This record gives sequence, C-alpha cells and structure tokens, in this order.
Amino acid sequence: MSAIAAPGAGTGLEPLGLWARLSSGRTLPVLSILLVLIAIWYVAAFSLNAPFQRRLDGESAPGGTLAFVERTLNQAKPTLPSPHQVAQNVLENTFLRKVTSNRSLVYHAGVTLSSTVLGFVLGTTLGILIAVGIVHVVTLERSLMPWIIASQTVPILAVAPMIIVVLAAVGITGLLPKALISTYLSFFPVTVGMVKGLRSPETNHLDLMHTYNASPAQTFWKLRLPASVPFLFASMKVAVAASLVGAIVGELPTGAVAGIGAKLLSGAYYSQTVDMWAALVAGSVVAALLVTLVGIASRVVERAMGARPA
Amino acid sequence: MDRSLKLLSFSAAMNVIASPLKPADVVPRPSGASVVEARGLGLTFKTNDGPVQALTDVNLSIGKGEFVSFIGPSGCGKTTFLRVIADLERPTAGTIHVNGMTPEQAREARAYGYVFQAAALYPWRTIEHNVALPLEIMGIGKAEREERIKRTLALVNLSGFEKKFPWQLSGGMQQRASIARALAFDADLLLMDEPFGALDEIVRDHLNEQLLQLWARTNKTICFVTHSIPEAVYLSTRIVVMSPRPGRVTDVIESTLPHERPLDIRETPEFLAIAHRVREGLRAGHSYD
Ligand SMILES: Nc1ncnc2c1ncn2[C@@H]1O[C@H](COP(=O)(O)OP(=O)(O)OP(=O)(O)O)[C@@H](O)[C@H]1O
Ligand SMILES: [Mg+2]
Repeated sequence: MSAIAAPGAGTGLEPLGLWARLSSGRTLPVLSILLVLIAIWYVAAFSLNAPFQRRLDGESAPGGTLAFVERTLNQAKPTLPSPHQVAQNVLENTFLRKVTSNRSLVYHAGVTLSSTVLGFVLGTTLGILIAVGIVHVVTLERSLMPWIIASQTVPILAVAPMIIVVLAAVGITGLLPKALISTYLSFFPVTVGMVKGLRSPETNHLDLMHTYNASPAQTFWKLRLPASVPFLFASMKVAVAASLVGAIVGELPTGAVAGIGAKLLSGAYYSQTVDMWAALVAGSVVAALLVTLVGIASRVVERAMGARPA
Repeated sequence: MDRSLKLLSFSAAMNVIASPLKPADVVPRPSGASVVEARGLGLTFKTNDGPVQALTDVNLSIGKGEFVSFIGPSGCGKTTFLRVIADLERPTAGTIHVNGMTPEQAREARAYGYVFQAAALYPWRTIEHNVALPLEIMGIGKAEREERIKRTLALVNLSGFEKKFPWQLSGGMQQRASIARALAFDADLLLMDEPFGALDEIVRDHLNEQLLQLWARTNKTICFVTHSIPEAVYLSTRIVVMSPRPGRVTDVIESTLPHERPLDIRETPEFLAIAHRVREGLRAGHSYD
C-alpha cells in the first residue's frame, strides 16, 4: 500500500535529496552569482581603500601584507566598505536594536515602507482610474496620454523637492508628501498596463456581450476587468518598485530624520559609508519583499480565477 | 472509367428523386410569420485593399421552427450573414428583419442565442459560471439561474463538470458548454456558426443527434453554418448553398427527409440524393470563378 501511495518512490531520484533540489532549482545559480559578486566586491574594496590606508600608515607600517589587507578592509570610514562590514552593520542594526531606536534599520525601513505602501495604493488606484477613463472615453486618450507620458520624462529628483516644499507651504507634511512622490512614479506603469489589459478581450468575447445586449458597465465588470487582471499584476510589480524609489527620493530633500532615504543622506553627510551601504541593503530587501508579496498576491488571485497551474 | 460510369448511373438515379426538390424561393412564404426576412441584402466591407463584397442580393425568409443550414466555400459570407442577423454587422444594402423587427431591436429583445465557431468561454469562469453569464446579464434570479444551469448542462451531457474551468475540458466539451450557454436563456432563435467544425466525426455525430432532438423538442428556429454536406443534409429542413466573390445565395434546397432522423438515415438513397444536389450546387458556385 505505502509503496503505491508514495509517488516518485523507487524512481532513483530520492537519494540525491538536497543536492538534486539545489542544482535543479534556482538556488544554486543564484548562490554562485552571489559568491562571484562578493569576490569582486572584496577586490574593489581593497583597491579603492588601499591608497588611503597607505597614507594612514605612513612610513611605519606595522605587520606584513596580510595585516595591511586586514586594516584596509576594516577602515572606519572606507571609500567602499567591504561586504562583511556592511553585513555586520545590517545584522547589528536589524536584530540587536530596539525597533523604536533611531539606529534600527527596521525602524527606518518601516518609515519608508509606510509611505511606499500608501503611495503604491494611491498610485495603483489612480492608474486604474485613468486607464478606465482612457478606455471608455475616446477624447481622454488623445488629451491625457501625452501629458501622462510627459509627466514621466520629468526627472523626479528635480520635482520631488518642489512637491515637498509646496505641500509644506499649505501645511501638508509627514507621510503624505513622500507618498505622493511614490504615487507620481507608480501610477504610470499601472495606467499603461491596465489600458492594455482592459483592451485585451478577444473580439469573440466582446461580441458575445453585444449579443446579450449587455450594458457598458456589465461588459466592464464581467469581461474587461477580469481580462485585465494578469496585466494589472504585471504592472503592479513594476509600480511597487517605483514606489519604493519614490519614497526614498522623497526623503532626501525634506531633511527627513527617518527612513532609508534619510539614512542614506546622513550617511553621506557624515561619510558614514558603512551606514549608507547598510541602508542600501535594507532598501533592496524591502524592494524584494514588496515584489515578492505582489507576486504571491498575483498567484493567489490568478489561481482563484482558474489559471492553469504552471 | 469505372468511377465515371458509377457516377453517371448515380446521377441518373438522382434525377428521379430530384424532381420534388424545388428551390424554396419559388414558394413564397408569408412574411408575417418569418423569423428572418432578408430582401436584397448586401454588405460591402471597406478594407485597405478596397471594398470586399461579402454579401450581394440575398433574398431569404426563414419561418418559425425551421432548421436552415448555410453551406458554401470559405469566404462566401456565411458568417457575415449570421452576424448581420445578430446585429454584429450592419448591411450596406437591402433590408433584413428578425421577428419583424430590425436586428438591433431583436438583439435588444434578446431574440437569439449565438454560438461562435470557437467556444469563446471566459477562461476565468467555471463551466457553470460561463453558462450563468447571459443569465446574470439578463437579471435572472439566483435560484432560477441554478435551475437553468443544471437543466442546460444536462441537455448537453455536461452534468458533473459544473466546477471545472474551460481548460480542464476537451474541445468538444467546451463547444457543448458554449451551446449550453446559448440555450440557457431560452431564445427562440439559435444562430450557430460551424459549432462542430473542430470536432472529430464520432463526437460530431453524437452532437448532431442531440441537436436534432433538442430542436424537435423545443420548436426553436436554427440557423446553422457548416462545411460538411452530410451534416447539413442530416440536420436541415432547408439548405442554403452560397458561393463567394461576391458572396451570394446560389441555391436553396428543401429537404424531403422526415422529421424523425436516426443517424443511419444518411445511408438512404433519399439522403444521398439531397447530398448530391447540394454538392452540385457547391460545384456550380465554384466553376463561377
Ligand atoms: N470585418 C471584416 N472586414 C473586412 N472584410 C471582411 C470582414 N469580415 C469578413 N470579411 C470578408 O468578407 C468575406 C466573407 O467572410 P465570411 O467570414 O462571412 O466568410 P465565411 O463564409 O464565413 O467563410 P468561412 O467558411 O471561412 O468561415 C470574406 O472575403 C472576408 O474576407
Ligand atoms: Mg465563417
């Protein structure tokens, strides 16, 4: 009984176990790339920091070459911090600090995350609304689309301070101005994706609605919207990453005291390069997390909508 | 040699039987009772390569309860004619009435169910929800909806597949689901565009039989496009032969087969006689260009 019940038993695949799973999956390739990158990083860190270390040591260089390498890779304010310095900083400031502490990366990531999420939600909503307008009103496409495209050619770094200053002048400060910059960056991919998605139904499917004498609203809810769901999620993945960039950029000009952007800025100001790089790592972790979450949401929704399991 | 001789004797036998098969448009029909009434109907598509005459001077009236097949080579306007009836295309010449109304009014009155050549099921809806789609749009209540889904799925032999998504079904089952969807809201007129075109012979036979039974039971009017001569002869009370460039009706053949049609009626001389006449009509259309 049990021999039949266990699928794959006795096929010879079993004893390979972990190794088989590593080499057949994505883990191994990703890990090897990571190792290569870290090696390159160490070489770069050494060559960039060595000149300063030589000047620092002057004539009386203690120890041999190995000691020199060790000192070079462990400077307090290196030009390029070495991977273990960044790793140590990230780990310390993530796990060893109270989350309310100003030095905690979790705290800063949380601040940035909240404006990212708010901006992303606003941007996605706005993007969907604009797309619905464009698909249903012909004149909107011609009048609005050029402006939407133009909006994205404006460098955000130039616009962000203006938005923050203008909003501060009318008394809006804190989370919202930063979130609005995220919105500014994230609505665009959603608009483009949703316009495409809402127009994706085949002629047959649209004709069917016509034969039922369905109203435009019924066609929208029962055909266009469900057909656009895969397009929506694909564009939301882009939009969520753009939102994070927007939130970080929004923290730069405010003289904000909290957030990954603020951490980057103060790190640059005080030449705390290790802190800066740690903040960058925190940012990438947040980005990866957000994109993964959208991916999971997309898989759950598409499975519920009858998508063939891959 | 042998072959041509056989053909000769066959067509001789044909002539004896062929005499009662008169073109239908010789017999005027009362226009008041007709479900579809086309007079001098024409449709020209404007394309980038100039105008395409998809239909010219089509005169046809289809009475209530008829089963009319449209047969003809590719591009002769069969789909276009069905789409004109369904108000999916506008004619550029002549008039057409559906149930005495314009096609638009008839569509608004939900006078017909349309079965496309492809099943056209919505992939994100289960089979039962696909069948429910027209019912939802027409505002039919939940209890009644469930009752009708159950009934129409049973009709096309799909009971037990309610919760499956379209991709989990074979092509033939998908097509049956799309027929169930067209039947669910009980329109008196069914427009079917090569519904069984992609199916194998056995499944096709089976569905043909079921469709005939359904038609006999419900007294619906059915317009049915096909490329298969046996299918057209087996199903129809009348067969409309069309030919391309420009798309037009070249022959209308009244069937003399009884209403009760077991599958093996297709081996009877009467059946073969009608089939022959259809083939002749198709050939005549071809030699035109
Ligand atoms: N939307 C359209 N625009 C331009 N030309 C069209 C359009 N639809 C059909 N036609 C042309 O009209 C003619 C008739 O097409 P139709 O689809 O009615 O043929 P059909 O008899 O259904 O052929 P088939 O058996 O291949 O389905 C063809 O020449 C086709 O190219
Ligand atoms: Mg066709």
